[in-house]
Amino acid sequence: MTRRLPKITVWRAIFAAIMLVGLYATYRRIMYGLGGVTNLSDRFPWGLWIAFDILCGVGLAAGGFTLVAIVHIFNVERYKPILRPAILTAFLGYTLVVVALLYDLGRPDRLWHPVVMWNPHSAMFEVAWCVMLYTTVLFLEFIPVVLEKFGWHKPLGWIHNISVPLMIAGVLLSTLHQSSLGTLFLIVPEKMYPLWYSPILPLLFYISAIAVGLAMTIFESWHSSRAFGRALELPLLASMGRVLAVLLSVYLWVRCLDLMHRHALGLLTRNRTETWLFLLEIALLAVPAALLFQRSVRMNPGALYAAAVMVIFGFICNRLNVGITALEASSGTNYVPRWSEIAITLAIVAAGFAIFRIVAEYFPVFEVQAREPAFSEARETAEARVEVG
Amino acid sequence: MSKAILYDSTLCIGCRACEGACAERWGLPYNEKVAAEEIISAHKLTAIETHGERYSRRLCMHCVEPACASVCPVGALQKTALGPVVYDPEKCFGCRYCLQACAFQVPSYEWNLRLPHMRKCDMCYERQSRGEPTACAAACPTGATKCGERNALIAEAHQRIADKPDGYFHKIYGLEEAGGTSVLYLSAVPFEQIGLRTNVPHQALPALTWGALEMVPDVVSTGTVLLGGIWWITNRRAEVAKAEGKRK
Repeated sequence: MTRRLPKITVWRAIFAAIMLVGLYATYRRIMYGLGGVTNLSDRFPWGLWIAFDILCGVGLAAGGFTLVAIVHIFNVERYKPILRPAILTAFLGYTLVVVALLYDLGRPDRLWHPVVMWNPHSAMFEVAWCVMLYTTVLFLEFIPVVLEKFGWHKPLGWIHNISVPLMIAGVLLSTLHQSSLGTLFLIVPEKMYPLWYSPILPLLFYISAIAVGLAMTIFESWHSSRAFGRALELPLLASMGRVLAVLLSVYLWVRCLDLMHRHALGLLTRNRTETWLFLLEIALLAVPAALLFQRSVRMNPGALYAAAVMVIFGFICNRLNVGITALEASSGTNYVPRWSEIAITLAIVAAGFAIFRIVAEYFPVFEVQAREPAFSEARETAEARVEVG
Repeated sequence: MSKAILYDSTLCIGCRACEGACAERWGLPYNEKVAAEEIISAHKLTAIETHGERYSRRLCMHCVEPACASVCPVGALQKTALGPVVYDPEKCFGCRYCLQACAFQVPSYEWNLRLPHMRKCDMCYERQSRGEPTACAAACPTGATKCGERNALIAEAHQRIADKPDGYFHKIYGLEEAGGTSVLYLSAVPFEQIGLRTNVPHQALPALTWGALEMVPDVVSTGTVLLGGIWWITNRRAEVAKAEGKRK
């Protein structure tokens, strides 16, 4: 058979278009500075790149540490088949966060400065260190996949020897920086709309990151099962849906208590953009929570997937609200991202999907699943005995 | 003792001599077009604002416990013992957290440069360390901007209010705002009427972040013991299960 050029499909055409526009925006970013590609100003110094690429990017990659904790620390072995894809997502996510930082920093050539210039009083300093260290941990957690592929057993053994401390470090580093992303905003009590400013922002960021990590795992399992034509680990995902429902309920209840204690619930009677975006965010988290309590939803792949997607959108909505909506009114300006900000964000997301696909195709990311088949037969019994924690 | 600036809005005649002196000290262009901009920016580090027949002046407040210095991840901003909050452009990597954190919307960024820096007033740190007054205070023809020790200026402000109780709004802006600032304001009218932010918390802002950050060592140590312990228990359980499985 002769080698043919890759087939042009609708998705590939869209991907190429996104990458081309992103490339042009990148050129403009380099040539004309932040002012040439963003609508940022002295009054509104952080925009889409911080709120989406960084806050959402780090959060959406939380499935990595959540599953490592479940499988290797709580020793719930049966989640193993979806561990590797989650670690791959996390590793790619963090790498892309660093790429996004290169766009957002005024001086990307000085990205390394926090390594040698310290300020332990800065939440961003802590985030920078944690992201740096955790990306290294993720690299070490993922590299066995590559070593297996090429049959290099010696380094595989070295990594295996340090795997337990490595995993504990990964979970701790994630706990620290997922919550510290919320700490970033504690310094602006009077600037932030009270529906979102709360002294417990770090806690809220942490719980919601774990929840969205699980939702992302369901999301990517569903997509890869379609892309690679393999069986969906439905019983596993269904029991994850159960955990997700509980986590979301806890999160929403804490949010509710927080608003009550700060006497901020009255703000919901005001007809403002903030109110509507807040309600959208809450609805996108409350509806899937209610759905996931239904057994019929959990056991239906399409419905389970839809609930996970809703959680992901609810999470994104929350981070965009914290990073943008909540700060608009006090800034005295009206920030709307410019086309080039959106173009670069889209290009980074598209690159993430593409790299995941390529890596999953050439490396044994889903191999563990192949060794332990027959999950689909055991769906009823497996769903019945949930043993997390 | 730390240096401060007292700006008395009732004495200001809006001549903009402070703006010109400031531009000269920084080597920034100053002309009629720039003078007409009543907002601080990367090319104008102090600005006179017109509020009806009154004037107000904007510049870095040089907080006693500055939010900008506490949030800067690379320590490019420092509160000096002398009083001014100074900036090291060689450290700054452009995260703009200082712009976000400042309760007074002071720091400005060189948005359109390829290799940009943050810009803000440094209360003429160089001049003041030589014992000279700030460029703006030296240029002010009416004494509306006065430079001196913070405690002495606070006492003087109280005295001015006591001497002319009808001429002043009976408060000093900067005494408690954000935990106290090294730029103090006197005004004939409530401060929001001359464009000052009056919703700024009366507490030092860095403490808000520190309350969360100081828990890091506790979280790390407790977390290590907890996670290690859980692993030890669950792993033992798995080993026992395996061993029993083999025996059968």
